[in-house]
Amino acid sequence: MMMDFQVVVLAGGTSKKLVPLVSKEVPKALLPVANRPVLSYVLELLEHSNLKDLIVVVEGQDAALRVGGWISGAYVDRLHVEVAAVPEDVGTAGALRAIAHHLTANDILVVSGDLVCDVSPGAVAAAHRRHGAAVTAMLCSVPVSGPLESGSSSGKDKTKKPGCCNIIGLDPTKQFLLYIATGPEIERDIRVQKSILRAVGQMEIRADLMDAHLYAFKRAVLQEVLDQKDAFQSLQQDVLPYLVRSQLRSELSLNGAPHTEENGHDKVVPGINQVMLSQLLAKTSTPSFHELYAMGPNGSAPVRRTHKCCVYIASQDKYCARLNSIQAFSDINRDVIGEASHLSGYSFSAQNNIIHPSAELGSKTTVGQNCMLGEGSQLGDKCSVKRSVIGRHCRIGSNVKVVNSVVMNHVTISDGCSIQGSVICSNAQLQERVVLKDCQVGAGFVVTSGSEYKGEFLAKKER
Amino acid sequence: MDPRRGARVVIDPKVRQVGFFAPGASPGRTQSGPPESSSPPVADNSPTGNSLSPVMIPPPRHASDNLLSARPALYPPLRRPGDTIPVGSYNPSEFFHGTSPTASFYSKVGDGEFSEDASGAGWTHRGNSGKVASSFPGGGFDLTAVKPSNLTTVSVVNMPPGISVKSGGASIEVQNEQPASSRSLKEKTSKAERRALQEAQRAAKAAAKAEVSKAPIAASGVATSVNAKPAKVSKLSSQKKDSASVTASEKKGVDRPPEKDRKKDVPHPRMQFDDKSRVEKAKRRAVVRPIEVRNRVELFRHLPQYERGTLLPDLESKFFLLDPMHPAVYKVGLQYLAGDVSGGNARCIAMLQAFQEAIKDYSTPPEKTLVRDLTARLSSYVSFLIECRPLSISMGNAIRFLKSRIAKLPLSLSESEAKASLQSDINRFINEKIVLADKVIVRHAVTKIRDGDVLLTYGSSSAVEMILLYAHELGKQFRVVVVDSRPKLEGQLLLRRLVGKGLSCTYTHINAVSYIMHEVTRVFLGASSVLSNGTVYSRVGTACVSMVAHAFRVPVLVCCEAYKFYERVQLDSICSNELGDPDAISKVPGREEINYLDDWAKSENLQLLNLIYDATPSDYVSMIITDYGMVPPTSVPVIVREYRREHLWI
Repeated sequence: MMMDFQVVVLAGGTSKKLVPLVSKEVPKALLPVANRPVLSYVLELLEHSNLKDLIVVVEGQDAALRVGGWISGAYVDRLHVEVAAVPEDVGTAGALRAIAHHLTANDILVVSGDLVCDVSPGAVAAAHRRHGAAVTAMLCSVPVSGPLESGSSSGKDKTKKPGCCNIIGLDPTKQFLLYIATGPEIERDIRVQKSILRAVGQMEIRADLMDAHLYAFKRAVLQEVLDQKDAFQSLQQDVLPYLVRSQLRSELSLNGAPHTEENGHDKVVPGINQVMLSQLLAKTSTPSFHELYAMGPNGSAPVRRTHKCCVYIASQDKYCARLNSIQAFSDINRDVIGEASHLSGYSFSAQNNIIHPSAELGSKTTVGQNCMLGEGSQLGDKCSVKRSVIGRHCRIGSNVKVVNSVVMNHVTISDGCSIQGSVICSNAQLQERVVLKDCQVGAGFVVTSGSEYKGEFLAKKER
Repeated sequence: MDPRRGARVVIDPKVRQVGFFAPGASPGRTQSGPPESSSPPVADNSPTGNSLSPVMIPPPRHASDNLLSARPALYPPLRRPGDTIPVGSYNPSEFFHGTSPTASFYSKVGDGEFSEDASGAGWTHRGNSGKVASSFPGGGFDLTAVKPSNLTTVSVVNMPPGISVKSGGASIEVQNEQPASSRSLKEKTSKAERRALQEAQRAAKAAAKAEVSKAPIAASGVATSVNAKPAKVSKLSSQKKDSASVTASEKKGVDRPPEKDRKKDVPHPRMQFDDKSRVEKAKRRAVVRPIEVRNRVELFRHLPQYERGTLLPDLESKFFLLDPMHPAVYKVGLQYLAGDVSGGNARCIAMLQAFQEAIKDYSTPPEKTLVRDLTARLSSYVSFLIECRPLSISMGNAIRFLKSRIAKLPLSLSESEAKASLQSDINRFINEKIVLADKVIVRHAVTKIRDGDVLLTYGSSSAVEMILLYAHELGKQFRVVVVDSRPKLEGQLLLRRLVGKGLSCTYTHINAVSYIMHEVTRVFLGASSVLSNGTVYSRVGTACVSMVAHAFRVPVLVCCEAYKFYERVQLDSICSNELGDPDAISKVPGREEINYLDDWAKSENLQLLNLIYDATPSDYVSMIITDYGMVPPTSVPVIVREYRREHLWI
């Protein structure tokens, strides 16, 4: 238990948002990002921070088995991971509720399994500790979404999805969270409590920040909230806003508890000295608005209970994105082999791409910058691959163009196909002269020859 | 200042312990583990000899000024008794009963709060000195035998170092006299011993040379003292002075090596940040890798100054990577760094409580002893805290206290008992030295507040605040003037609390202090530390306020708990200080339109200086209110001494 922190990775299950990319075989956590499961990015981030004791929570038994199997294969001897399966659709809060009895450390770090970022979780934990906060959330700037060049811009305008931006209120020092509203709530008016505004004096409202779903919770707080509020389903939409709302009229019974046990062995000095001591400490340190508010108007001993909700804002030069939509999936794939290439963990060739030595390329086939070609894939003659990821053991015929796309493993693409801005899942088959633009092809789907699609989901109808 | 120094000379037997000079003070002590009378002059002299000691190199001009002016006053009266008495017959007898208490005393005192390899010094010291005593008879015989014959002794002198065989087969090393060999010894012998050995050898050489030219009188002096060496480091070094003065040419050769040696031995907390090589070394050790500010003020180059923005993120991102750091300690370090906790008392309490936590969670690793391992652990915590922010003197004293408590744990205690006893020691320290001390100070100070008074205070001192509140509770009628200064504006918080309690206050900034002073009847100030020449080391601006008060003939009362007293002497606020964030003074928060210095760091010609502390000469202080009563600043050394002693027997 490093520094008295426990880490919970919420790996999710088979998210509905990501159909048809996810399936029973491929839960969300195992979606490939640059030919590596997305979960590996989180695990490696944590491993890099020397956090090697993890609890991974997966929705659904099957998914848990698969995730567990992959982890035990990939991280044997490197990490100590416990996988917990929770029922589907319990939400993030529900998942934590299910494993609450395993949590023993003072503070809990909750990380979403779909996070791809290079911000040290230690920074969040440190900010949390420093303020003694009830919760600390990591915020990062909203990533650039959508394809890079405007020529192939998607008509659906996924970039302006309201769901991916939050409205966040910060105090002037940018350390405390005063207001947070996410996705669906934004449609309504923003309601800010007067008491908070009055205590802080000034609030900065930002829409360019995104909740990265990396939280540090005080364990006692988390468990108390989860116990008391049975209806809470989501950390982001229920628990966090609740804590933020109630920060100046805390209903939590955590404050002061650790202090009494601390001095348990020295009962000679009762009450009065202890009070004086805490006052000494409180007075000489710079108070946050919480303390000022708690103190009340006459500066006496605290009359109101408060807790702190802090934020850690990742700096602009860090990469941070969540794989929570199909658009995000292609964006992240693009970024990981492109601008955020340090995340991928691969070493790039001189041409700034990665071609596995066992991949075979036909004559006059070009693989451009920021591309990745997996193990054992074959490309026919006169192909052109730009800014795309191609998985393992794919067979691609001649005269195929792949631009801005993700092709997973064991995909067969016949001659003369043209693929733009699409995602093609494992075992899919594209017959001759297929033209795809901004499409998603589900696993095992067969696209008949000569067909043209634009902006469609192509998947088996068996579900 | 001069008259005061004169006074000190008069009462010299008592003051001696205290009245040495800033630079070499603590290392000098560490190494000399002797009975009381002879040590102080040594401590005094050696720094003057090596005028720039590693501890705190004041900028050259100042150093020479201070030391030169200081020397005539202190030197003669102290040295004379030191010379005549201890060298001769005194030595053996005193040594025999003297050793254990004194040795432990000094080991405890000198067991500098910061020196890393002094870990567990208490034990090694004691153990070794015990051995010295036992091995001494041999030396003692030599001494008596040798005394009359003058210089044949020199060869014998090489033998007594051989006595340092006490720590194991060191005899070979003695002969070849090489630093390498002594280094190999390092692990086994204590500092004092190593030093003794070296000095013995050196003095022997010196004596050998002196022999040729000099009269037997001086030479015999040399001889005897040389004999005393294995037992007494101090005598030797005082003696060394003699020999050095005898052969002027030899002097430099003698003086310099010990300085180097000492540098190696004691990584002093106050590192000189203009010393490139040491800064490099320290950086390699450091947990935090700060970026240093490029344009620093020349006079203050020796103080650390970093780009503020870089330190915190760097440390934060390493949160999980610092394996051995206890979370509580880490948290406190972060809080220091971020400025969440400031003020001498608060920082000290926070640190002690963190240590308490750390001790609670501590378990001795196998094949290690609690005493040594815990001390080492503590030292690593302390060096981490220093990286976050230089220690305050109050913290230094507290650490010293804690380490001495650890060193003195009886071996018979089980681990849990030892931990419990340490934890309760910490509690006691907090309660007695800080909380109760504050209460007593309040009781004392309130007697000085009369109806109709106008009290001025500067900044925000916890003690002063308690005094004001208590006086208000007692129903005294008075007014408070809170003087404040940028950039911290701590006074506003104080003001808020005072006004909240219903006191009538006036708030002004320090630039108006001369205007407001004529209506003030008393000035109450807090202090970060009181040094033993009565200098008050406190938040920058305090000196200004007290000088103005002095000019207006308003009494200045400084409230300071005795645990913050420090035996060091400091005459200016340059050689030891702390630099704050330069951005804090270049920017006015909330006033974007007047931030003309936005990218000042790029300009080579502009250097910003944001000092944190200043030193108020005791002339401007009428009285110091402490938990031992209200005393004039000249009595601080007495309290330091008495307090030290009590500290010992706590």
